[in-house]
Amino acid sequence: MRTEILDILFTYLKAFAVGGGICLIAQIIINFTDLTAGKILVYFMLAGVVLTALGLYQPLVEFAGAGATVPISGFGYLLANGAMKGAEKGLFYAVTGSLTAASAGVTAAVVFAFIMALIFKSRTKRN
Amino acid sequence: MTGKTRENYNRNYLEYVKTQDPPTKHLKNCASAFGVGGLICCIGQFIRYSLSFAGLSGDELAGATSVILIFLGCLLTGLGVYDRIGRYAGAGSIVPITGFANSVTSPAIEFKTEGWIYGMAAKMFTVAGAIIVFGVFSGVLVGILYLFL
Repeated sequence: MRTEILDILFTYLKAFAVGGGICLIAQIIINFTDLTAGKILVYFMLAGVVLTALGLYQPLVEFAGAGATVPISGFGYLLANGAMKGAEKGLFYAVTGSLTAASAGVTAAVVFAFIMALIFKSRTKRN
Repeated sequence: MTGKTRENYNRNYLEYVKTQDPPTKHLKNCASAFGVGGLICCIGQFIRYSLSFAGLSGDELAGATSVILIFLGCLLTGLGVYDRIGRYAGAGSIVPITGFANSVTSPAIEFKTEGWIYGMAAKMFTVAGAIIVFGVFSGVLVGILYLFL
């Protein structure tokens, strides 16, 4: 029982360290260059795709769980992983696999953003 | 640097602007990005645990986790809370999937005034569109590469 609790705590610790670490790298890049949020998102997503294709991201996901899948690089992992799994089935699935894997995230973002736009009004940004 | 060429004027002005800028607090920035980013991932881990107790596994578990996180990101953006977190956390709120949700919801709400089609729907993808374009393109490249390997 005690080791189980320690195990769960350790899992959270790993997720915190790796997820926080990825955000830390992004913050350092933002501090020393003037990349905007959008560019950071695209670059980190592409980094996720490349690292997954090279087989380097899968071990990180197995090690850190949500710490590796929640950052946007995890979205890239999802895309590349879907494409790689699809490639085993043939050309059609190799091409469609990435969007199929990402469909849940994209659908959720579009649907919820639409609902929020129906409910909320834009507010003046306080600085 | 004196000298009355246009270039020197510009350079002097840029240097003047730099002296008036508040200094970037690197350490504090990085610490809050690390903390908030890590915390959001821990929330993701918590959702993963809860859903796995509910009987989900594999792709379904990963998908449902990100759907819930995206919902939270959208809701907090709508309530105006996410912007406040963002001001404090910087990259800690941009890089997690909730930041992706924020980048979709924020323009959707903001450009509602310009109409539903060219405002809300089109502007929704100002940032997310770039992610999807490069994501799909690189995903297709990876798929075709693996097909021939």
